[in-house]
Amino acid sequence: MTDLKPVRAAAKHLGLMLLAFVMLYPVLWMVVSSLRPNNEIFRRPGLVLSSLHTQNYGQGWDALASPFGHYLLNSAIVVLGCIIGNLVSCSMAAYAFARLDFTGKRVWFAIMLGTIMLPIHVIIVPQYILFSQLDWINTFLPLIAPKLLATDAFFVFLMVQFIRGLPRELDEAARIDGCGHGRIFWQIILPLMKPALATTVIFTFIWTWNDFFSQLIYLTDPDMYTVPVALRSFVDSTVNTSWGAMFAMSVVSLVPVFLAFLLGQRYLVKGIATTGIK
Amino acid sequence: MSALGELRHIRGSTRGSPRKRDNRAALVFLLPWFGGLFFITLGPVVASLVLGFTDYNLIQPPEFNGVDNFTRVLSDERLHQALRVTFTYVVVSVPVQLACALGLAMLLDRGMRGMAFYRSAFYLPSLLGSSVAIAVLWRQIFGADGLVNRLLAVVGIEGRGWISDPGTALSTLIVLNVWTFGAPMIIFLAGLRQIPVMYYEAAATDGASRWTQFWRITLPLLSPIIFFNLVLQIIHAFQSFTQAFVVSGGTGGPSDSTLFYTLYLYQRGFNSFDMGYASALAWLLLMIIAAFTAVNFWAAKYWVFYDD
Repeated sequence: MTDLKPVRAAAKHLGLMLLAFVMLYPVLWMVVSSLRPNNEIFRRPGLVLSSLHTQNYGQGWDALASPFGHYLLNSAIVVLGCIIGNLVSCSMAAYAFARLDFTGKRVWFAIMLGTIMLPIHVIIVPQYILFSQLDWINTFLPLIAPKLLATDAFFVFLMVQFIRGLPRELDEAARIDGCGHGRIFWQIILPLMKPALATTVIFTFIWTWNDFFSQLIYLTDPDMYTVPVALRSFVDSTVNTSWGAMFAMSVVSLVPVFLAFLLGQRYLVKGIATTGIK
Repeated sequence: MSALGELRHIRGSTRGSPRKRDNRAALVFLLPWFGGLFFITLGPVVASLVLGFTDYNLIQPPEFNGVDNFTRVLSDERLHQALRVTFTYVVVSVPVQLACALGLAMLLDRGMRGMAFYRSAFYLPSLLGSSVAIAVLWRQIFGADGLVNRLLAVVGIEGRGWISDPGTALSTLIVLNVWTFGAPMIIFLAGLRQIPVMYYEAAATDGASRWTQFWRITLPLLSPIIFFNLVLQIIHAFQSFTQAFVVSGGTGGPSDSTLFYTLYLYQRGFNSFDMGYASALAWLLLMIIAAFTAVNFWAAKYWVFYDD
């Protein structure tokens, strides 16, 4: 029996490695194919490169009305706005739910939890009407403004959980020293909740960067396109002719997500494990 | 621990002792959130219910048309197709995805070597899966001349145009959803770590097999987490949009075989600007998701085991 143990462990590792390889194969293949001439992409299912064909990147970069950098910049602006909005508004709401005692708290808290599961499709039509009456279509405001209003309740919940874990003695001591809620929040709670804030930054980054539905609806002017909308218009305009260029820009669009994943893995795993939403 | 757990406990928690409330401070801290609730989330939910009883194209003012939109639901063939597609997608992809997630989480034992690497490798697709880039990739690999068919050709199997064939197009999207099992897997991993090792040690001493341990210890103690994942992934799957949109070029084709509910809603609302009907459809979706969730909660009584 004992002799079999290392063999079984090795077999298990082999199986897991193989599965990981199969899972990541499509992505690896896309990266490799983005460095192949178009006629090779469809012929070669393998991962070996015979030569480096970097022209796809230049071609893809200039394939749409504006250079691809323009869309990357648009996405970056939206992402940055959403991150700031979520950090400010969600931490404020979380402080109230975690530390303040107010009328109807439990009802409001339940409503807040309920909105986590609210499908965006149920609110998109009236939202669109509201924003079009404000003349906000084809601006980034419909994407950023909701974040300034703590509508990503998921992060409110994440931060509430975190603040509840901080010792109340700290607040009490500050209160005795004459601090109001503003200062307790700003000088005591916020500095202590950096891990929760980091988780919020990383999730907001990845979700906003990948978000397609609302960007598709609110951004119809090619000049305002973000990366996902631009990429999609690329697909529709070229129909199967320049897969190399399309793969190249797809790879470019995934790089920021991948970097966020590498840098923020610890926070991502923790965030999912404690709140359970991807 | 989880949002669902919170909701479950909210009714049972006891009132705190009466003391001075911080109403004014709370109002200040919650001002943005209240604004969002009334203008961005709950307000629009109510507004879309009202709009659901109107005929509205964004240009002329909305006109009440009674229950017309809802009688139209009954005879709208494309909607029925969208419901079939979406139900199939949810009912097939969620259980398969969760089974993969649980299976892998069980294989990744506590403290095993290379744990961090495997966890990352299996989780990465969850982060990439909802992007347009991956949808573009899917369009290629399941195309008639795509990667999958090339690989099949290596072993001598003749493939087909998986995406252009109405019989298999939806399956490619189901595969895509299963591919993102990493996020529920991480939740399972966290849950497995909560189960005390001594339970297994005691069971092993009593001669219980691995299989018995799985059925008698792991599954019952993990059932709240399985339930949590199930509820979340079902809600999530009902809202899938991007992949079907990109893979089908916005049509839901071929022959409406990938016409997800949300895609149909998008077409009615934002291609035809049939806002009244789209609002009715949105509420119908909300009702369907709520019904599924309610059934889940009801069924939970019979299989979810709470230790507390």
